[in-house]
Amino acid sequence: MANKPASEKMRIIHDPKRPQIEDYISELFTDFVELHGDRYFGEDHAICAGVAMFNGMPVTIIGHRKGKTTEEKMAANFGMANPEGYRKALRLAHQAEKFHRPVINLVDTTGAFPGVGAEERGQGEAIARSLYEFIELRTPVISIITGEGGSGGALALAVADRVLMLENALYSVISPRGCASILWKDPSREAEAADTLRITAQDLYNFGMIEGIVPEGQTNAQLIRNVGRALRDQLAELAAEPDMDTMLQKRYEKFRKIGIFRQINQDQNEGV
Amino acid sequence: MLLDLFQKTRETSMEMKPQEETGVKVVKCKGCGAELKAYAYGKNLYVCPHCGRYGRLLARTRIRQIADKDSFVELYADLAPADPIDFPGYAGKAAQLAEKVGMPDAVKTGVCRIGGVETCIGVMDSHFMMASMGSVVGEKLTRLFEYATEKSLPVVLFTCSGGARMQEGMFSLLQMAKVSAAARRHSDAGLLYITVLTDPTTGGVTASFAMLGDIILAEPRTTIGFAGRRVIEGTIGETLPDDFQSSEFLLSHGFCDKIVPRNKLKGTLETLLKLHRQPKPKKWQVWHYGE
Repeated sequence: MANKPASEKMRIIHDPKRPQIEDYISELFTDFVELHGDRYFGEDHAICAGVAMFNGMPVTIIGHRKGKTTEEKMAANFGMANPEGYRKALRLAHQAEKFHRPVINLVDTTGAFPGVGAEERGQGEAIARSLYEFIELRTPVISIITGEGGSGGALALAVADRVLMLENALYSVISPRGCASILWKDPSREAEAADTLRITAQDLYNFGMIEGIVPEGQTNAQLIRNVGRALRDQLAELAAEPDMDTMLQKRYEKFRKIGIFRQINQDQNEGV
Repeated sequence: MLLDLFQKTRETSMEMKPQEETGVKVVKCKGCGAELKAYAYGKNLYVCPHCGRYGRLLARTRIRQIADKDSFVELYADLAPADPIDFPGYAGKAAQLAEKVGMPDAVKTGVCRIGGVETCIGVMDSHFMMASMGSVVGEKLTRLFEYATEKSLPVVLFTCSGGARMQEGMFSLLQMAKVSAAARRHSDAGLLYITVLTDPTTGGVTASFAMLGDIILAEPRTTIGFAGRRVIEGTIGETLPDDFQSSEFLLSHGFCDKIVPRNKLKGTLETLLKLHRQPKPKKWQVWHYGE
């Protein structure tokens, strides 16, 4: 796998021909039935979710939808979900828990939508609730970052037993553009910021934040096939876990160990 | 989310150091410009008597206001930020602020008594990089929740934050999941968690443990939101009303339980902690008074 800089990957994942959630679903799954609505407020087209068959096994699929044509993009809000999108995702995750099927999350978003309605309906609460529920969801969860992993909007669907990234996918705490405008007061230096932030799949793998990198191959067909293979392998591994409590403990510890800090002499503190 | 961060960090609050340490006698209110006697202002809990503006508190000032006298014991004070992604300028800035603010990162954690009830307390401090959350903040809060779970203690967190600390890259984003996971285990153990939202609580902190309290309190006229105001204004192309993302806005949209003025905070926390005192009843039953 060639290790390209983040700035170059940024161009690759914004290619309009790059596969989107509908492509993965139609190639890798059968009998897909899309399910709608959060049961509280409305339906968010930016999250595509439903049930389907994967290799003869029922699964729940949840992911960001970006849309291909202009109308689709507008309807899907360019893949930026509102709170009701995350609440729909959580509703269907709990449904998957009830019916003992694994959850497969496909993450590709610039971020959660920064809008007036989103704030009124508790965007922060919706994401927080996702983190709080997915960590103890009593069914296997696999998340694959397929393109953009944009901050909290991506993390809401990436608390999982296995988090994988496609070879060129990026996963970042802040958009490189946002980082550049804060740091250098110059959003046009986003390429430089992208390389500074360490957001490539290789970076995250080296940090121990993800479990694997899916190679993309030469064509979209190969890419999708590789995703299918990765899903199959990871599901097989998770099926070999002795019981749910062991799996949840591992899921907890996976996130628990993330963080780098120093230990200092207590005297450097002023106390109260 | 993080866009507002840096401008605000530069202003040095007058409540930065308590008056007895600096010897400054007169301070100026940032809200109305009135000149205030520092001692009286401190006695008034750093609320301006003229315009009612709430000064942003140092973590230790907050603890002095909330904890029973001399009951606070600090935990995990020995954790300091590293520079995990070699971010330009980060190590120097963090060291400089540690000196200036008197704490190595943006949160102070420990145990104390509030109205006699033993409680785990965490207080974020906006004077340190706008209390953005990096590995240290995440680790200290996670340890605090784990400690509270082990000892069956309630947790009270005073949140304020500009969001995730971009200078630590993905390490900061994943702290959201880490702290929320520990909060979840604390909750599953049947224990009480109260958050007090203080100015400003935004970004990744709002989108994780700030919104997960069993009870969510807020100080009046506090900025609380997910996305930065200017980002939203950029999205919709118009100016937002003043009360947008205020604690009053949150209350009216159903995302916080109660707005509590600063001089009532200790009393309110005491009452709530008393009402949730451990061990809780095995099952619900009618209590017979006076027996």
